[in-house]
Amino acid sequence: MNDAFGAPQSVLILGGGSDIARALTRQLAARHTRTVVLAGRPGSASLEAAATEARSLGVDVRTTDFDAGDPDSHEQAIDKIWADAGDLDLVVFAFGVLGDQAACEEDPGAAADVATVDYTAAVTTGLAVAKRMRQQGHGAIVALSSVAGDRVRRANFVYGSAKAGMDGFFQGLTDALADTGVKVIVVRPGFVDTKMTAGMPPQPLATTPDAVAAAIVKALTGPSRTVWVPGALRPVFAVMRHLPRVVWRRLPT
Amino acid sequence: MATRVLTGWGHTAPTSATVMRPRHADEINALLAQANGRGIVARGLGRSYGDAAQNAGGTVIDTTGLDAILDVDLTAGTVRAAGGLSLDTLMRVMIPRGWFVPVTPGTRYVTVGGAIAADIHGKNHHVDGSFASHVTEVVLATPCGTRVVRPDDDLFWATAGGMGLTGVIVEATIRLTPVETSLMRVDTERCADLDDVMQRMETGDAGYRYSVAWIDCLTGGRHLGRAVLTRGDHATVAELPTKRQRAPLAFDPRVRLAAPAIFPSGLVNQLTARAFNEVWYRKAPRRRAGEIQALSTFFHPLDGVGEWNRLYGARGFIQYQFAVPFTEGEVVRRTITRLSDAGIGSCLAVLKRFGPGDPGPLSFPIAGWTLALDLPVGRPDLAALLDQADEDVAAAGGRVYLAKDARLRPDLLRAMYPRLDEWRAVRDDLDPGRVLVSDLSRRLGLA
Repeated sequence: MNDAFGAPQSVLILGGGSDIARALTRQLAARHTRTVVLAGRPGSASLEAAATEARSLGVDVRTTDFDAGDPDSHEQAIDKIWADAGDLDLVVFAFGVLGDQAACEEDPGAAADVATVDYTAAVTTGLAVAKRMRQQGHGAIVALSSVAGDRVRRANFVYGSAKAGMDGFFQGLTDALADTGVKVIVVRPGFVDTKMTAGMPPQPLATTPDAVAAAIVKALTGPSRTVWVPGALRPVFAVMRHLPRVVWRRLPT
Repeated sequence: MATRVLTGWGHTAPTSATVMRPRHADEINALLAQANGRGIVARGLGRSYGDAAQNAGGTVIDTTGLDAILDVDLTAGTVRAAGGLSLDTLMRVMIPRGWFVPVTPGTRYVTVGGAIAADIHGKNHHVDGSFASHVTEVVLATPCGTRVVRPDDDLFWATAGGMGLTGVIVEATIRLTPVETSLMRVDTERCADLDDVMQRMETGDAGYRYSVAWIDCLTGGRHLGRAVLTRGDHATVAELPTKRQRAPLAFDPRVRLAAPAIFPSGLVNQLTARAFNEVWYRKAPRRRAGEIQALSTFFHPLDGVGEWNRLYGARGFIQYQFAVPFTEGEVVRRTITRLSDAGIGSCLAVLKRFGPGDPGPLSFPIAGWTLALDLPVGRPDLAALLDQADEDVAAAGGRVYLAKDARLRPDLLRAMYPRLDEWRAVRDDLDPGRVLVSDLSRRLGLA
């Protein structure tokens, strides 16, 4: 169960090998989380490393195969996780791919793969998780969106548009699950320094996996349903959203 | 039947359940028989602060439709009441007839069933013990049928403090306390610091039936734990002013105003709590003896404001209440210091001395000190601070009160309630299929 501070006892992280997932697991283990299910690509080294780290913190960890690129398998995968683990108090949607924008523009098939993982899979897993949480009458869903979806940029518009769709889906789910005991929190980080963004030039208002994890833990206690990390991105994007297109297009990437 | 989102009085940790409100006791047995895999638990007036009377994804029986007074013996001073009867109604009916409830908490808005399930205590615990000590018989609807249990039965004591996890309390017979008047004779003292108040309670409590101290947890340093100690007893007719002697048992407390649901979280903060505490301390007389007060002023001051819990806003608040043996009074100081040092405000901190506990394995009171603190949710460091306080309390042989808990770590439960396995044995016999489930039982691994 989630306690009075929104601290969960059992957690599922889809995309359990990601840097944000690992930072979050560390912070939740310091509170009352005792069971963590890490779902990720079969045989993924980062998933195993995340599991080993969490075990060393005294958490009961299970890993489970989850292929975000195969939406047909998702409902069954989620059902199996629930059947094995019982109630899950928190489910974090931490999977995603950045994709190579140039390659995507050359090969629509590659772009479709990005869209499948970043959008379609969020929809299929999101609905399957929502169904389970409705049945158990409680829980929290944290969706890791991105500012890239807030106003989509030329530089990464395949990724950005998929995140925009994903963000919109979870915004809708927030309302669909109001008054069910299930809360949805959409987290919009800016540039996070992780292995997904390795090699990219650092950007203004960049943040870290630990900061994103801390923002998630804080949001679990509070009434906010959309969270920006860092918080300063919220006013920044309130302006960005309304910049004239000619200016927006010319902003350095 | 309706699916509703429920929380405790603290407005934290909402979950949804199918709420059924039976109008006849037989319906309870039917509901227990039909319960789905997520189980069932009873809920009275929802005054438990935490998650004891909610059941995510399962069924919750709202008992307030079963609120009859079934039988009264005015000579012996006993009443047989349905489990959903509120102590408010019971007081309004019985006080004018010269009988008071044996134990009252800080609110009249609790049910008889809830009072037994939480084995509640009041300001008279050091003299009279907790609620279940005054119950002579309970009719309990369980998954294996209705049972009538008395204090010579293990199931009776597993039910007292059992947080509703042994069944639904359908009826209870309660021994009342005779009173001549509906008024209290109260002595009030201001105490300079924590040592002062604890010492005065140690030496003087025996002379009073009711005793409680309000503690200022925000003023640190030399005045740490300054307090207002109020103690008293039921006034006799002879003690009343002549005018009041004409209707000494009149009892009709009113809810003067109700708080609307518009208050933001953060309204109760260090600043406002400090201001409240200053006023509360200063308005108390340095020393006043023999003041005549209304029962409701002495016992239920917050009942004058309906839904006062809304003052804490959307995030809600928790009440942290623990008890430690008398030899471990230092834990009280350390807890107050810990919160005072962190600047975490509590408007209502209440200190009391408990008498010996009753035989209930999960009943909260043990002989010793108990401290209760209302704390707004919001400060990010509060959760970890209370985790440390739990360790301290458990190491001292103390425990937190399950009726108020919404955050205890399950692995500390056994240390705090060493007779947990005795309770489990009774429950396992009674409910092998784990039909009786609550969010509290899930969270603490009681289920």
